[in-house]
Formats: sequence, structure tokens, C-alpha cells
Amino acid sequence: MKIDRRCFLSLGIGGAAGLALSPIPWKLADDSAIWTQMWPWTPVPADGEATYVKSACTLCPGGCGISVRKIDNRAVKIEGMEGHPVNDGGICLLGLSGLQLLYGPNRVKTPLKRAGERGEGKWVKITWEEAISEVAKKLGDIKEKGESNSVACISGSDKGTVPALFKRFLSVFGSPNFMRMPSIQDSYEIANNISLGFIAQTGFDLEHAGFILSFGSGLIEGWGSPVRMIRANSSWRKAGIKVVQVEPRLSNSAAKADKWIPVNPGTEYALALGLAHVIIRKSLYRNDFVHAGASGFIRFRDLVLSNYSPDSVEKITGIKKETIEALAVDFARSERPVAICGRGQGKSQGSLGEVMAVQALNVLVGNINKEGGVFAVNDPAYIAWPAYQSDAVGAAGIKKERIDGAGSGKYGFAKSLTNRFAGAVNSGSPVSLLFVLESNPVYSLPDTKDVKDAFKKIPFIVSFSSFMDETALNSDIILPNHVYLERYEDVPATAGLSKPVVSLARPVVSPQFNTKHAGDVILLIAKEVGSPVADAFPWKDYQTCLEGTAGDKWKILNKEGFSSDPAFTAQVVNISPGRFDLSGGVADLSILFTPVNSEEDSKAYPLFLLPYDSFRIANGYIGTPPFVIKTVEDTVLKGKDILVEINPATARANGLSAGSYATLKTPKGSARVKVHLFEGIMPGLVAMPRGLGHTAYDNYLAGKGINVNELIGTVEDPASGLDAAWGIRANLIKA
Amino acid sequence: MSTPDDKTKGVSAETGGEEAVASFKGVDEKEQGEGPGGFIVLFFIIGFVASLIIGWVIFPKLLYSQKRQPVDFNHVLHVETVDNGCESCHIFREDGSYAGVPKLAQCADCHQEVQGDSPQEKIFVEEYVAKEKEVPWLVYSKQPDCVFFSHTVHVKLAGMDCVTCHGPIGESTSLKPYEENRLTGYSRDIWGKSMTGIKKNSWDRMKMDDCAECHEKETGRKSSVQTDKDACFVCHK
Repeated sequence: MKIDRRCFLSLGIGGAAGLALSPIPWKLADDSAIWTQMWPWTPVPADGEATYVKSACTLCPGGCGISVRKIDNRAVKIEGMEGHPVNDGGICLLGLSGLQLLYGPNRVKTPLKRAGERGEGKWVKITWEEAISEVAKKLGDIKEKGESNSVACISGSDKGTVPALFKRFLSVFGSPNFMRMPSIQDSYEIANNISLGFIAQTGFDLEHAGFILSFGSGLIEGWGSPVRMIRANSSWRKAGIKVVQVEPRLSNSAAKADKWIPVNPGTEYALALGLAHVIIRKSLYRNDFVHAGASGFIRFRDLVLSNYSPDSVEKITGIKKETIEALAVDFARSERPVAICGRGQGKSQGSLGEVMAVQALNVLVGNINKEGGVFAVNDPAYIAWPAYQSDAVGAAGIKKERIDGAGSGKYGFAKSLTNRFAGAVNSGSPVSLLFVLESNPVYSLPDTKDVKDAFKKIPFIVSFSSFMDETALNSDIILPNHVYLERYEDVPATAGLSKPVVSLARPVVSPQFNTKHAGDVILLIAKEVGSPVADAFPWKDYQTCLEGTAGDKWKILNKEGFSSDPAFTAQVVNISPGRFDLSGGVADLSILFTPVNSEEDSKAYPLFLLPYDSFRIANGYIGTPPFVIKTVEDTVLKGKDILVEINPATARANGLSAGSYATLKTPKGSARVKVHLFEGIMPGLVAMPRGLGHTAYDNYLAGKGINVNELIGTVEDPASGLDAAWGIRANLIKA
Repeated sequence: MSTPDDKTKGVSAETGGEEAVASFKGVDEKEQGEGPGGFIVLFFIIGFVASLIIGWVIFPKLLYSQKRQPVDFNHVLHVETVDNGCESCHIFREDGSYAGVPKLAQCADCHQEVQGDSPQEKIFVEEYVAKEKEVPWLVYSKQPDCVFFSHTVHVKLAGMDCVTCHGPIGESTSLKPYEENRLTGYSRDIWGKSMTGIKKNSWDRMKMDDCAECHEKETGRKSSVQTDKDACFVCHK
């Protein structure tokens, strides 16, 4: 007897048999299954008692109320606030993803000072005291030189106490240069100013309107207050209200409308005037309302009757004259018809003539100042701070002309023309210090190169951004603001609402990093700058300022989260019939309605590039959070490639096919794009979404696609100074 | 698989003819006589038994680490002093959700200061109450995150006793060691103390089958979401 290999085989077999009868394989199989479901890096919200904090969303001008669910001290979900007058429990994709902005990796965690070249991304951490004294010292130097008016501020909004504090700071310091990012609000404001005689927002009671005529507005793609608009759209469907969408591209809003009328881009104003022509010719207008005897109406009537017959409008717009006739009659004979404009989400201004022509339709049918109609809405009235005293330099500085020209000369009707800012700086208007508040101008203003050049000329840029965005990257010092879920702030919702609401953003969680409320920071800078600036800011901190400003409404704001009391919020201005001057008081009406086209060579650039807005891509100060970028279709963004929409006919003419790469060239730049064929876009056009092509932000967003602002420029509307560009000449060459 | 033997045999058969075959026969006979048959059985048994020992005795010891609770807790003592049994401390919140293990604030209502002479209570008050630090209790009954379980439905609506699932923990005077599965991080109580998975009491293990067993008994066999009957998504939402 001896031990040989068979014994060992036997040992192995015995071992295997024993193993099979032991719990090892079965238990391990079960445990591994659980283990694979429980990766330690998978975030799992803690279990605990749920509490809700009522707050307000500041991610767009919509002004929705939110209710944030917390487990212990962690915010875990953002929901719409039930009973809020704007959104009543609803919330949009971006609002829902706000927690990724709060907890995401792109936050600026502490004050930073630039160490390397601008845009290089090299920073040193500094304390708040150092940061504030550095800014105050720069301001002191500027003042000493008597150049206080060379200080400027670009803000995302000019509503609410925080922008008001910045504006007040500039005013008392001696600079008129408080600017807000351009939008269709600018255009409506100027239109109201010249036709009514005062600056006001335009509000629309769209929920009760009886016919919607949209000139390219993204009704369900983020125009106005997005959640409210989606609700309104549902109510139109239920009530059988007709929606007509006029735009060159079959957007989602056009697809959901009852009728889509493709129009040559940039000629929407002509269609509106053509409709006015039919309405006036057929006497379908409200005689009492347009005040037929008024000179404004007579001049307007004469212009549209002579120049904008359906025949001539057909030639301009490409819309059949029968369609124009029928649409005009349909519009004028409907109960409570409303015409609106502002392309896409209303992020671009458009020409004044366009807004005036569209507003004229509302005036002609008399749907002004009544249920289901159009309203002029004043700025919120609750910010009434005591007058301040400035010194000689300050008093002289504030009287100087604004950098963007708004409010003087031929731009006299405008409040803010930020679209002109970069051009003005590049042509020599000195800016020595720029505050950037809740906006990302380097990314989101058109003509990125021009804007970057302007920024290079500004010796000191102070960013208040919570995120390391393109503008923060190109600044000299970053004083990071709390994000909206960490701070108190009044949030007036004015985006097209006919019943203004002021909501209160409230800290849902305590600040996650070493950030400071921009309201507090400007107060601290004021203190450091000293008298007389410091004296204009008597508040101990921003919180005291906010509570004092809200006055007896603070309690209700704090309890309910909002106030819609017209005595507190903005007021609707009563417009009596005949008050609306259809000629806009403009001496030569034709200047209003001259098409503002890019003059570039049509041979080198036979096509037009048309930027468009998508609900799934944020394109302003806020970068698209990861949850949202995941929802972008692969016909828009595939991997890192951006897809442009072109008509199959355009593709054939340019030798392109679906999915092929091409070089998109415009007079402003060129980019490598992929082609997506789409029957829903008019031939000759190339459509590209706004909001992609970030160079800053995290890996979820940076480097994906192209920023359309790098390819487009501004075209100044001679009547108003607004940026009338709706696109740019372009060429698409097979790569 | 061919062994070296097979090969030798093959080669011999081809080259050596009958003689070689005969000689191989001889070898076989010899081996049968004094072969390792006994050893083979013995080794089989050794392997078999060793595996069983490893599987049933050593493996559980390796798989589970023993952890002590941060503070020992006497359930009996506390149940005696409260009016409402388990729910006195393991409360249901106003919104109906179940709070689970009490938070420090609940304990601190009575234990602001050391009351008795128990060293464990001293640790509790000094280390946690005084420092306002939540006690990192190790929860024996914690289910994986993919399991949705509502205490309210089971206790308030179905009227189940705590004991049915948690056992007579209210009768314990000290907390047993927490045996953590090194692979999954969950307590041994989920699979059950017995590695066989055989249980004597309803609370001995709390795997999916145990939930299903009771659900089948109480509510009948149901299998489809589409037909509004119990299925995966009741617990795995």
C-alpha cells in the first residue's frame, strides 16, 4: 500500500463533495449578489425623519416655489411647492436637479485669488478679510483717480434686493453702469417705454387667453415661467384653445401647436404687420381701443396698409397670402387672442420692430388690461430705501454716460443694453473694475471672442459666482456666493406673469463651504470703502436689510414662502384705451420695421445658422447639471459631438448625409459638427442648440459640443440698440 | 483528458505487440492486490470532512466579524419603566413613518445625567449625551438599501407584533455582539444564525423568502404587478 496521485485526486473529490454540502458556495453566491448591489460608492440617502423647507427656485426668472425634502441635515429632493401661485406643486427638470448644483463638484469652496494668467485656472486661497480689503483697495484707487464711472456690474437680474444693493453701491460710488444680462425683457421694456411712456414689464394672462399666436416663443420649452407655461398649455388643450406657432423650425412647441407656420427667419415682424394689415383693412380692430383718431394709429395704419399687404408679406416671409388672410381673421375674431414673441426661451432680445409689431396685434384686438389679455407690469415696489448722499466724485460719476449707452442719446428708451457692453469696451470705453453677479457673460453673451477681448481689457474682474464657470475662470478674484439653497433672498417672478409674485428663497441647508452671501459681501465692501458709500448701507447684514425691506410682509413671506399682494409686489398698470401709441412715438416708422440682416457675403455663406433653445439644456448662468445632460437626445449631442439640424434638401445640396461630419463656418468662427437630418427645418438653415460647449464646469458638461455664441455675433437694431440678431450667415462644408 | 498511463498503454499497444499487453496485465493485477484502495477512501473522507469543517465551522468565523455595540443596552430595564412597550422608544412619527432606533435626543430626555451605577450608562452619558453625538448603533435588522419596508403597514395596518420579526429582544438584558458580514456589510441576523438557513422561529432569519413565506400565507399567492398583485416592486421599488 502506498500513497499515490489517486489518493490526492480522491482527496480533491472528497473536498469538492464536502464543499458542495457546506454552505460556502450557496452563501457566497447570495452574499456576492448583495455585494454587487451595495457598492460603497453608490450614494444612498441616509434614513431618518423627513422635513420640508419651503423656498424659491432662482435657476431661471420663472420664480417657482419649491419644497425641499431633507433627511436630517441633508437635502434629498426638490419638489414644487403646493399652492404656490406660479407653479402650484409643479417643477421642471432643471429645478428638480438643483441638488447637484448644491452638492456638485464645481462649487467654488472658498475665496480665490488668481495666481497664474487669466483663464489658466491657477488660484490661491485667501480669507474673506483679504478678499474684501483687496477689492475695497482697488475701488479706493479708482475713486482717487476720479474714475468711479469706470466701475461696472453685470448681473443676471435687476430684480430683488441683492441686485438692488449692487446697483445702489455703484450709484453711490459714482457709476451708472449696472447692467443685466440681455433678454426679451429688454425689448418689451423699451416697447412699453416708447408706446406707453413708461418702463414696464409685459405680463400675459395666458391661462385665460382664447387664442395663442406665438412668434417663435418656446411655449413649452422654457419661455417665461416654464412650469406655468406647461400648465397653461395643458389647459389650452383641455379647453380646445387654438395655438399657432410661427417659426422656421419645428420645435417641440411647434409640434404641439394646432398649427405650425414656417416663416423665413427674422421676418416674423413682417408677418405681424401683414396680419395687422388684414385686421385693419377688414375693420376687425377695436376702434375704441386703438383710438382711431390718434395720430399714432393713423401713421401705423398708413404704413401697414401701403407696405404690408399679404402679397408683399408673402414675398418677405415665404408664407402664402391666403394663410396670412385666414390667420388674421382667425386671430381677430377669437375671444381674448394673445400674440407673444421672444424666440425660444426669450434669451435673445430681437429687434424693437418685432416686439412693436406683435404688441400692435394685441392692441388692435383690444386685448389689453383684461382677463386673458396683456398687461403692463411695474417693477416690484417694495424696495424703497432711504436716499443716500454721495461725494463730488460720486455725484459726477453717476451723471456720466453708461458704457452700454442705455438711457441716453439714441438709446434713450433703454434701461440696460448689455449686448453693447463688449463692443463698447473694445472700442475704448474704459472699465477698470467689473463685478459679475449671478451671470456667466463670457459664456452666454453672443460673440464669445469679442467678449473675451473685452474682458482682457478690464484690469480687475470680481466674480461672485458659486461655480467655477467661464467668467469666474477669467476673473481676478472670486468671492463665492452661497447657492440658492443656502441663502435668504427675495425672488420676484416677473417672467411674463400678469399677476406678479415675490417668493422667498430660504436656506434649506447650512452653507456647505466657506462661501458668503453676495448681499453680505457687498455690504462688507461698502463698509471697507468707507464714507459716503458705507453710510448708504446702514444695515448690519443682508438679513437685516431683507427683513427691513420686506417690512410688515416679512412675516407672511417667511410663513407662506411668497406674497402675491399687489400692494407689495409689482403692480399692474391700468392702461386706458387709446393709451397705447402704435407708432411708438417714433418719427420715422420705417426705421422700426427695417429688417436687420447680417451683411455678410451670401456666396461664402449661403446658409443661416439659427441658435435654438432646448428645455433639456440650461444656457444661462447655470450649467446643465448631470441629471439633465443625461436626458439630451443623441440627435443633439452624441458623445462629445454636437449635431446640427439641417433639412435633407440642404444636405443633398452640400453633399452631406445623416451623421456625417462637417465644418460649420460663420463670419465669427468655425466648428466641427455632426449633421442630423430633420424634415422639420426649412431648407437653407442650420440649427444649433444653445447651452453646450462649456469649457468650464465638471466632466459631465465641459467639452461637450460647441458653444453657439462662439459662432454668432450681435447685430445692432438702429431703432433701439437692442441685439436684433436671430442668427448669422453660415456655410456647412463636408469634413 | 489523457493521463500519462493512457499514453504509455497506447504506445505499448502499437509498438510492443502481445508481450507488452501481457506485461501490463501483470502490473494491473499486482496493483489490485496491494493498491492504495484504502487510502483512496481515506483521502476522500479526509477531503470531505475537512471541507465540511471549513464550510460549517471556519467559513462562518471568517465571513463574519464580531463587533461590540458602542454602548451595552438593557431592554428589560427600559421596558419595565415605560408605558407603551416597544413603541415608547421605537416611535412612529407624526407622519406615520417609523423612526427605528431612537435618536440621542429621545434618550437624553431621561439620561441628561447618570442615574444609576451602571458603567455602560456612564459611558453613554459622558461620551454621547454630553458631547451631543449620536450613538452609532449597529442595527441587527437593517435590510439592504434595495429593500423597501414599511413598519407602518405591518404594525399599524396588519397589526403584527414586533416579536414576529425581531424576536424577544425586549427580554434581553444586554446586547449580543453584532456579527457583520465582511462581504456585504449587513448583520448575520438577516441570513440567520444557522448557516443551514433552517429556522425554528419566525424571527430566526429575514431573507426575501421569509418575507415571501409570510406574505403568501397572509395574502395568498400573488405574482404580477400588472394584475395588481404582490410582486417584485412591492419591496424592490
